[in-house]
Amino acid sequence: MIENQSGLAKINDLAFRIVDSDLFYSFSRNPIVVVSAVITFVFIIAATFAPWLAPHNPFDPASLDLMEASTPPVWLEDGMSKFMLGTDDQGRDILSTIMFGSRVSLIVGFSAVLFSVFVGVGSGLLAGYLGGWLDTVIMRLADVQLAIPAILIALMINGVVAILLPPQLQHEMAIYVLILAIGVSDWPRYARVTRGSVLVERNKEYVAAAQVIGVHPLFIMLRHVLPNIMGPVLVMATIGLALAIITEATLSFLGVGVPPTTPSLGTMIRVGNNYLFSGEWWITFFPCTALVTLVLAVNLMGDWLRDALNPKLR
Amino acid sequence: MIAYVIQRAFQALAVMIVVSLVSFMLFNFVGDPVDNMVGQEATYEERVAMRDNLGLNDPFLVQFARFVGNAVKGEFGISYRIQRPVADLIAERMPATLELVIASAFLSVLLGIPMGIYTGIRPNSWLSRSILVGSLVGVTLPTFVIGILLIYIFSVGLGVLPSFGRGEAVQLGWWSTGFLTVTGWKAIIMPSVTLALFQMTIILRLVRSEMLEVMRTDYIKFARARGLPNQIINFGHAFKNTLVPVITIVGLNLGSLIAFSIITETVFQWPGMGFLFIQAVGFADIPVMAAYLVMVAVIFVSINLFVDILYFVVDPRLRADKTVAAGN
Repeated sequence: MIENQSGLAKINDLAFRIVDSDLFYSFSRNPIVVVSAVITFVFIIAATFAPWLAPHNPFDPASLDLMEASTPPVWLEDGMSKFMLGTDDQGRDILSTIMFGSRVSLIVGFSAVLFSVFVGVGSGLLAGYLGGWLDTVIMRLADVQLAIPAILIALMINGVVAILLPPQLQHEMAIYVLILAIGVSDWPRYARVTRGSVLVERNKEYVAAAQVIGVHPLFIMLRHVLPNIMGPVLVMATIGLALAIITEATLSFLGVGVPPTTPSLGTMIRVGNNYLFSGEWWITFFPCTALVTLVLAVNLMGDWLRDALNPKLR
Repeated sequence: MIAYVIQRAFQALAVMIVVSLVSFMLFNFVGDPVDNMVGQEATYEERVAMRDNLGLNDPFLVQFARFVGNAVKGEFGISYRIQRPVADLIAERMPATLELVIASAFLSVLLGIPMGIYTGIRPNSWLSRSILVGSLVGVTLPTFVIGILLIYIFSVGLGVLPSFGRGEAVQLGWWSTGFLTVTGWKAIIMPSVTLALFQMTIILRLVRSEMLEVMRTDYIKFARARGLPNQIINFGHAFKNTLVPVITIVGLNLGSLIAFSIITETVFQWPGMGFLFIQAVGFADIPVMAAYLVMVAVIFVSINLFVDILYFVVDPRLRADKTVAAGN
């Protein structure tokens, strides 16, 4: 039956499975989560298609006019209808800059989480399944790193790698350095949780069965154990995404993250902060709001996911 | 108990060795320390002499041992940026940071624990609900956004609190304190609230969930059946049993307060170690970065160790388990 299915029927089948699942039921019954998901989705769409959706291109110097710098939002006196949320000190449209800025924030956030999940889950699997000296080494390393707060680790790595890079590459590579720094700063949490779950799974019968028929350990880890421990990892990754976005914004706010030429939300807040005292609150207020909304939405989804995947609460 | 403490102490030592190794490698292999100390015009011979003088040609382990020896004495070389001994710089800045951290820790504990107890005892009252909604704000708002918000309201809007610095400081020996002047007290309000808010939320939520859990247990029901007054049940029986996780979190949070003070100090231009560190990162001032890393690690590891030992004092079950284990 499965072999003869057409593509459309397969998609139909998949859609039915999703809609019919417990997870989707709990999702549709929770209005706050639905709203959060919609907000996150809007952010992702706006960020992905920013070059086409944004009303202005804030990185095209030809389109910038210093006469239009520091225009207030449209509903205030002196506001201009073409700049919904006003402009910054260089005449860049705030709304467009937020869209491009969320792009940087989301790219860094997602990539950093992928990096820490890859390293953390990988090392946790090896440590938990193989045990022995490898387990000791990996978990001691995680312990050492957990003894120091993640934000400090990210700051250190970011600072050191930036020094090691040749000066002309520093600006281009800033985003990758940031992803590495944030990714490395967060792997021990994943390693710990993964190892804990693997230790439980390892003693179950399906693993013993696979071992008895001579399946390669790597295959057991990836195809049998890994799918069964994805629940907690997924929950951590969702909350980790919110955390990574905040960390990126913080580093950029401190002036050691993304350079002002390709601003992220944090860079925008840093720049706008200088204009707080001269009364141009909108330069920093709207990026702050965007950041907080995005983080709140992701956090709420993470909270829901934790409860929805927790068998005790079903 | 002694075995446990020794084991913990060894772990702490291991962490310190790893951290100082990292910091040593930073110091020696990131950039050329000689380049940063001699002028542009130094000849090759002068550089070689300098390398010999600094012992940079010695074997790795010898150099590392010397680094650790100096670090124990508090010597971390000379800042590339300010051209003064790092130890002096840190000693100057430490009081500001520690006062900020202590004020925030007090604030978060003094507000967080009572609110946590209240929301745990009366989970359905409207006050509890609003506290919980408010705590969501504390979790979501990044530290620097809270700082900006406070500055905008109280400095720009109302103009009642200073937006930067720590006011007038009074020198008491080598310690400079802001707690003795009115300007100092005014200046510490916003930074300490900013720093405390996140920690307060964590403490609040933890105390609440622990209280909710404890309130369901049989011994609380039994205490009620005995007709004990609510006050004794809530504080003497219930709250006492939530103390173990609370102490852990409060202890560990003291460490993260120091880390997060980097952000708060930058927002409020508070003249502390965090501000020094972030400037050092911007200028690639390796000696300051290395010293800061080692120092924060020392503080962290000692707090962790202290908290581990405190468990024994607070939780009699741990002591009992160990004696049973030893008896077997």
